[in-house]
Amino acid sequence: MEIKVLGPGCAKCQQTEKVVNEAVSELGMQAAIDKITDVLKIGEYGVFGTPAVVVDGEVKSVGKVPTKEEVKGWIS
Amino acid sequence: MAEGCCTPGSNIMILACSGASNVGQLTNQAAVELTQEGFGKMFCLAGIGAHLSGFVQSAKDVPQMVAIDGCPVACTKAILEHAQITVKGYVVLTEHGIEKNKNFKLKREEIEQVKAAVRAACNGQSEGAAVK
Repeated sequence: MEIKVLGPGCAKCQQTEKVVNEAVSELGMQAAIDKITDVLKIGEYGVFGTPAVVVDGEVKSVGKVPTKEEVKGWIS
Repeated sequence: MAEGCCTPGSNIMILACSGASNVGQLTNQAAVELTQEGFGKMFCLAGIGAHLSGFVQSAKDVPQMVAIDGCPVACTKAILEHAQITVKGYVVLTEHGIEKNKNFKLKREEIEQVKAAVRAACNGQSEGAAVK
């Protein structure tokens, strides 16, 4: 499984990355988690804003910090 | 994409039909000018129509949105509904007394009228609320 957290690096982006890491860890899953901070790369995903979360190529959340339960629902 | 980091909660998504008539192009011009004026940000309806996940999810998650259709064919609304996106603020230009034709020389007063209607459609629109 491949998870990407899109965001240039503000507090909400960092919080999103933390939530994703915790969700993956708590489920004991194997997943590659990448943080994408390059604005041009982020633009390739067609998102209206950040932070955003992408799971296996599909954008799951845009412009908000998801809950841990939401993330678990996307990856389990 | 946002130039800065993180989307401010007040950021308004503007979706225009941009159709092949005066009213379609009025939706487009109004969306461009409102974006330039900082009222909101025009977003790609085509990306939503293509069901690309970044565009669809963005429209689902954005707190405030105004969809603009030029005429009652309502392509913008249909695209949003087809992608299971809740239509929030909504404007149809022909319901504001603008007659549909094929004259692409847009009138300044009609552009301003559309911009005012879009602003009004956003008034009182709270996060996640459907305003029709």
